[in-house]
Amino acid sequence: MSNEILVVVEHDRGEVTETSYQAFGLARTLLSAGVGTSITAVVIGAEADALAAGIGSYGAGLSVLVHHAELTDYAPEAWGDVVAQLIASRAPAAVVATGTDRGNEVLAHAAAIADLPFAANVTDVSLADGLGLTRVRWGGSLLEQSRLHAPVYVLSGSAHTFTGEPSGDAAATTEVFEPTLDASAARTRVVDRVTLAAGITLTTAAVVVSGGRGVGSADGFAPLTELADLLGGAVGCSRVVTNNGWRPHSDQVGQTGKRIAPELYIACGISGAIQHWVGMMASKHVLAINTDNEANMVGKAEYAVIGDLHKILPAVSDEIRRRRASA
Amino acid sequence: MVELRILVCVKRVPAPGARITLTADHQGIDAKNLGFTTSPHEECAVEEAIRLVETHGGSATVLTLGAVEADEQLRYAVSVGVNSAVHVTHASLAGGADWDAQATARALADAISSLEATDGAFDLILFGNESADSGGFQVGVRVARQLGRAIVNGIKGIVVENGSVTAQRESTSGFEVYQLALPAVLGVKEGLNLPRYPTLPGRLKSKKVEVPVLTAEPMPGGLATLSFDNAAELVVETTMLGTGPEAAPAIVDLLEELGLV
Ligand SMILES: Cc1cc2nc3c(=O)[nH]c(=O)nc-3n(C[C@H](O)[C@H](O)[C@H](O)COP(=O)(O)OP(=O)(O)OC[C@H]3O[C@@H](n4cnc5c(N)ncnc54)[C@H](O)[C@@H]3O)c2cc1C
Repeated sequence: MSNEILVVVEHDRGEVTETSYQAFGLARTLLSAGVGTSITAVVIGAEADALAAGIGSYGAGLSVLVHHAELTDYAPEAWGDVVAQLIASRAPAAVVATGTDRGNEVLAHAAAIADLPFAANVTDVSLADGLGLTRVRWGGSLLEQSRLHAPVYVLSGSAHTFTGEPSGDAAATTEVFEPTLDASAARTRVVDRVTLAAGITLTTAAVVVSGGRGVGSADGFAPLTELADLLGGAVGCSRVVTNNGWRPHSDQVGQTGKRIAPELYIACGISGAIQHWVGMMASKHVLAINTDNEANMVGKAEYAVIGDLHKILPAVSDEIRRRRASA
Repeated sequence: MVELRILVCVKRVPAPGARITLTADHQGIDAKNLGFTTSPHEECAVEEAIRLVETHGGSATVLTLGAVEADEQLRYAVSVGVNSAVHVTHASLAGGADWDAQATARALADAISSLEATDGAFDLILFGNESADSGGFQVGVRVARQLGRAIVNGIKGIVVENGSVTAQRESTSGFEVYQLALPAVLGVKEGLNLPRYPTLPGRLKSKKVEVPVLTAEPMPGGLATLSFDNAAELVVETTMLGTGPEAAPAIVDLLEELGLV
C-alpha cells in the first residue's frame, strides 16, 4: 500500500466548482488524522488538463492526467473504471471526492468494481481500529458514527463541510495515465444537454416565500406569488404541496427537494418537519407564519407571526405597496 | 409493440416528524410512535414503472430487502398498480436494522439473477438514487455492476423507445441527457413524476396478492455502523412580531431592516 490519497477532481468539461475542491479539504483532514502522507489529484479527460496548473495550491504534490479517446465528457461508468484502475495500479491509502451527485456516483462505481466499501457524505474522520467516521444520514439531520475496515478507504466528503480554499502555493508535478477502456465505458456518457433559462430561481433568490399544507390549494398560492414578486423573490413549498400537485417538484424545499440558503425564508403554513428543515436551515433569517403557535417551525424560527396566512400575506403586500407609494 | 419487464427496488423507512428520536443506547431510531413509508425516490420509481407498463405493456415487479414488516411497502406498491412483489428477508433485519450497502447489493443482485433465471431478464431496473434514511448512494450501482448492466443515477425524466432509454438528470444549468440500450438500470429521484394514490380495487388486489419470500444470507462488507447522534441544532429565541394581519407593518419593518424591500 502506498501512502497516497487520491482526490477525484470533479469537473464539467474542464470547469471546476469550489464544491469540487472541498475534496482536497477532506484529503488534508485525512492527512492530519494520520491516513496517508501525500495527496495526488486525479483529473479525468484531456479537456481538463489545464486544471493541473493550479492544483498544487490545494495540497497535491502530483496530478495524474487521465487521457483516453473515450473520455470526452462526463460518463459515470468510464470515470468509475478509471478510478478503479488507479486503485489497482497505485494501491493508494484512500480515494476521496466531494459528496455531490457525480462524486458519489463515481466513487460508488469504483468501490463496486474494486469490491471495497464506500462511505458517502463523511463529516469527520479519526484513526481508530480501522478508520473512525462520522457521516450524515437523513439528509443531514442525523449523524452516524461508523467504522471502516478496508485496504483502501473510499470516502466522499459531505458538501460544504470541508474547505475548498487553496492551502498554499506549491506546484504539483504531472503524470499521464492511459486507462484501458472498452467502448462500453462510454455507454453512459452525456449525449446532450438542455439549458433552462436563468433568472431568479429558488436557489438564488434572496427572499423565498414558501407554502405548506396550510395554503390549502393551488389557487391559495396567489398571495405567496404576489409577495414574492413584490420582493423580487421566489416561491418554495413543502412536500405535502408537491404531493397534492399544487406546485411543481422543482419548488420543493427539503431532503428530497432543494437545499437553499436565502437571506430570508418565510415559511407559511409549514409545520417544520425535519425533512423540510434540512432544506432551509442554512437560511440567514427565518420568519414563520402559522395558525399554531406550537408548530415546530414557530419554535425554530427567528421571527414568527401567529395567524391565518391568507389574511396576513395580502396585508403585507398592501403595506409594501402603501409604503412604496408614499416614499 | 415491445412489452417491458420492469423491476423496482424499494426500501421501507420510518417517517419521523419534527425530530428524529433515538433509542436510549443511540443504536437506532425510536420507531415506537412512527409510521413507515417507502423511501420517496422509490415511490416515484414505482409510479414510473406503472406508467411505462401502461404505455408499453408488460409487467412491473417490486422487490425489497427488509424485515418482515416491509411486506406493507410491497403491498402498497401493488395497491397503486404494480403487478407482482418479491420479498427478500433475513432474521437479522428485524426491527428495521440495516445491512451495509455491500451486503444489501449482493442480496438484491442474487435475488434478481434468480428471478431472471426463471422468468427472463428485466428490461429496466429502477432504484431510488439513495435511501432516505442511510443515504449510502451506492446500492443501485453495485447491483448494476454485479449484473453487468449500465446505470446512471439522479434521473428525473425517462422515455423508452426502440430498445433504449433516454434519461434526464438535473444539472446546475438544466438537464444532462443520457441514452442507454436496454437492459439498463437507473437510479431515480423524486420529481420524476407525481405518484398516484391507491384505488379501491388496487387495495383489494394488494391484500390478496401472493408475495414470494426469499431468504438471503448477510455477507457484511467493510463499513459498520456503531451509533447515531442528532445533528447539533441551533437554539433560537423566537421574536413574536404579532398576531394576524395587524402584524403586517411589523413584518414590513423587518423586511426593510434586512434591506429586502
Ligand atoms: C424520507 C422523507 C423525505 C421527505 N422529504 C421532504 C422534503 O424534501 N420536503 C418537505 O417539505 N417534506 C419532506 N418530507 C415530508 C415531511 O415529513 C412532512 O410531512 C412535510 O414537510 C409536512 O408539510 P407541511 O408542513 O406543509 O404540512 P403539515 O405538517 O401538515 O403542516 C401544515 C402547517 O400549516 C399550519 N396551517 C394550517 N392552516 C394554516 C393557515 N391558514 N395559516 C397558517 N398556517 C396554517 C398548521 O398549523 C401546520 O403547522 C419527507 C418525508 C420523508 C419520510
